[in-house]
Amino acid sequence: MSHRPVVRISCTINGVAREFKAPPMRRLIDVLRDDLGLMGTKEGCGEGECGACSILLGGEPVNSCLVPAIQAQGADITTIEGIGSPGLRHAVQQAFLDHGSAQCGICTPGMVITAAWMVEKKLPADEVARTLAGNLCRCTGYSAIIEAVQAAIVAAQGSRG
Amino acid sequence: MLRLSPLHLHQPRDLAQAVALLAEHGPQARLIAGGTDVLPSLKLGQTQAGVLVSLRRVPELLGIDLQDGQLRIGAGTRLAEIATDADVLAHLPALAHAASRVASPQIRNMGTLGGNLCLDTRCRFINQSDLWREALGGCLKSHGSECHVVPGGQNCVAALSSDTAPVLIAYGATLELLGPQGTRELALVDLYGADGRHHVLLQPGEVLVAVRVPLPGPGTRVAYRKWAVRKSIDFPLVSVAVRLDVAAGRLTGGTLAAGALNPRPRVLDLAKWAGRAVDADLAAELGQFAFDRCRPLPNVPYDAEYRRERLAVEVRRAVLELGVIPS
Ligand SMILES: Cc1cc2nc3c(=O)[nH]c(=O)nc-3n(C[C@H](O)[C@H](O)[C@H](O)COP(=O)(O)OP(=O)(O)OC[C@H]3O[C@@H](n4cnc5c(N)ncnc54)[C@H](O)[C@@H]3O)c2cc1C
Ligand code: SF4
Ligand code: FES
Ligand code: FES
Repeated sequence: MSHRPVVRISCTINGVAREFKAPPMRRLIDVLRDDLGLMGTKEGCGEGECGACSILLGGEPVNSCLVPAIQAQGADITTIEGIGSPGLRHAVQQAFLDHGSAQCGICTPGMVITAAWMVEKKLPADEVARTLAGNLCRCTGYSAIIEAVQAAIVAAQGSRG
Repeated sequence: MLRLSPLHLHQPRDLAQAVALLAEHGPQARLIAGGTDVLPSLKLGQTQAGVLVSLRRVPELLGIDLQDGQLRIGAGTRLAEIATDADVLAHLPALAHAASRVASPQIRNMGTLGGNLCLDTRCRFINQSDLWREALGGCLKSHGSECHVVPGGQNCVAALSSDTAPVLIAYGATLELLGPQGTRELALVDLYGADGRHHVLLQPGEVLVAVRVPLPGPGTRVAYRKWAVRKSIDFPLVSVAVRLDVAAGRLTGGTLAAGALNPRPRVLDLAKWAGRAVDADLAAELGQFAFDRCRPLPNVPYDAEYRRERLAVEVRRAVLELGVIPS
């Protein structure tokens, strides 16, 4: 397969219009990390098991290690770089700090992406554990993460009245 | 980390184009919908493809419609939608439940119903890297000549691990297919063959367009139960759908469809229990019946004898679940 056509792909990443060229089957995670320098998205398993590579595609969490670059065409993408900012943390990021929810940190970007989506969707706090089912953590034992996400959901609902 | 070798990909804009591309490229072409099964297996070298034909932009495959006493679900509908759709929840709650038990939210946001029904078979001797498999000399399904699950066997007996297949069989689903020869209909139960190398009996160049499910009558209930080591992400190691048709508190018929055994689901008719009440005795008998008639093989992880006993337990629990519903 020496013939590798490259296609031009336009999409929105973290609110900014982007255009890049990639072979259609290049993994989106490689485009994000290696071509666009968005290194916040992590690779754990590369097989859809761990969720470390989670991003929002069209507003919903997917594993970017299983998404071909071509599927970014016209899409709205959010990576961890698009959640909060160093000066203004997202409610989930603040809650992770407050609850000590990160140890080695490899799973954290994916966890925060899925959690931010839960806050956005106003998911009930008792669905947090089930909805984090696609994000594995080898360090924390999950309780600090689940507590943080529940706190962020409660905080976000409180601030919106 | 294993890398995916570069592949050519076509993005047809409609169904006719998709079918034409499959015809043009012949056996080297492979359909890709959500890609959550086909990409990992291409990476592990379990399947080969020269050209991928993506179904993502084919509008005819999308949507869930109630029409003529049936629910028609496009093959490209994502599992996340099926798990939460109001019509599916109202009329086919066991399908919504089965869809919600697949993998993880991330995968259900990509994975489609068509891909789930056409899922490749699984076996602990094939879901491994090339290097691992070569060390064993391969097997019938991967450039070898011996099956390690049934030594001397002629067929690959890898397991169908789709969560939605058993439940849709129990609901009596039929498939709408489109191929070079035009459209045809096929009962879902007839989609699967006995050889795990080619267990999906689509004709060359055929696309699964939609799944049609007749709306169950008021006395019909279906339950789906899945057992795996972890409550999420894992493929089922035991899976079973039980359908009971009940009138005036008595059984009039039923079906049991067990997955994760062989390349095709094991489908058993429950008509001989007609006239019985749905109670704990019936639950125990049907559990024993499943135990007698199903033999899990050492193809997927976990002890086969344990899975056989576990199947009986899951059948019993499914019947008890259905028994509490008034009919
Ligand atoms: C970590 C992980 C865990 C998983 N856990 C589960 C689980 O618990 N239960 C489960 O059931 N599955 C599981 N899966 C498998 C898979 O994610 C789902 O079955 C999913 O529904 C497959 O759909 P897809 O659209 O991604 O399929 P694809 O990968 O796109 O396609 C799968 C197969 O179907 C064919 N195909 C797709 N659409 C059509 C069509 N319309 N017509 C004809 N052929 C078609 C493709 O050619 C391919 O052979 C898991 C996968 C991963 C990576
Ligand atoms: S059932 Fe046998 S032939 Fe099929 S994948 Fe497993 S070892 Fe190979
Ligand atoms: S790296 Fe994508 S799911 Fe693990
Ligand atoms: S903090 Fe290490 S994997 Fe979660």
